[in-house]
Amino acid sequence: MTALRLPYLATAAVSGALFGAGLYVSQMVDPLKVLRFLDFSAIPTGGWDPSLAFVIVPAILVMFTAIRFGRRRPAPLFDTEFHEPEYNKIDRRLVGGAILFGIGWGMSGICPGPAISLIAFQPDGLWLFLAAMLAGSLAGGLILPSGHRRRLADATR
Amino acid sequence: MDSFTPLTATLGGLLIGLASAVLWLGNGRIAGISGIFGQLLPPAQTVVWRVVFLVALVGATALSAWVFPQIGVGGSEPALLATPPAAWGVPTPIWLIVAGLLTGFGTKIGNGCTSGHGVCGLARLSMRSLVAVLVFFAVAILTVTITGIV
Repeated sequence: MTALRLPYLATAAVSGALFGAGLYVSQMVDPLKVLRFLDFSAIPTGGWDPSLAFVIVPAILVMFTAIRFGRRRPAPLFDTEFHEPEYNKIDRRLVGGAILFGIGWGMSGICPGPAISLIAFQPDGLWLFLAAMLAGSLAGGLILPSGHRRRLADATR
Repeated sequence: MDSFTPLTATLGGLLIGLASAVLWLGNGRIAGISGIFGQLLPPAQTVVWRVVFLVALVGATALSAWVFPQIGVGGSEPALLATPPAAWGVPTPIWLIVAGLLTGFGTKIGNGCTSGHGVCGLARLSMRSLVAVLVFFAVAILTVTITGIV
């Protein structure tokens, strides 16, 4: 019952808290700011906001370092193994999913992290978006062929 | 360019990277929000840490906005969702529902979003994640261009 021990849950809490603080400090909680990044048509006029790139690059670099550090250890601190996604095929499901998510993201400027963190500020329409996001996720899980579900389950986080 | 905020963006990015590093080195889990959110229903035992993570995420967002309101939206400025382009004549609730459905469905079958594929996947040098990131960024940029939503 590793998953219910205090250090394990405390780690999840610390990680979630750092994540939430990061989303606010970077202002990625602001869907309109995210849309101003995605609006490449504003580059020639000087209205483009490149901030999102300044968020994701350092985030990747820190995580890259952590992954490298983790490779030298047999297991994480509070579990028996690293739950590394093993499924590595580039298939239609991956590309199709990315296309659909890209459309939704471009329509709203909201990806799942900010969607959750926005609960802190309760903007109009957020619960509608969250309910739809949950429904979409459940629907996606249902249409996954069962043979793949088990293998993919570990990668779906 | 007055909305460009490289300093807070970088600081926030470091915090998000640290969040992912803590969850990975502590619990061996990928901090991918769509996955954590999408697996809130059973199996029961692994739901607990996901709920804890998401509650802490919301709480820390609120707390940091309270401590540093001058950073902007959520603090000194109200948070607003995007509204559909007027020319499209689509009611805002319908627009948000469609966007939410696509986001939930797409991240589920594509196994990840900006955090899982974008931060963790690229950091793991995963080809799958690289493809996903290139596709959803390109499609999102195209969507914004076509809709003219900004």
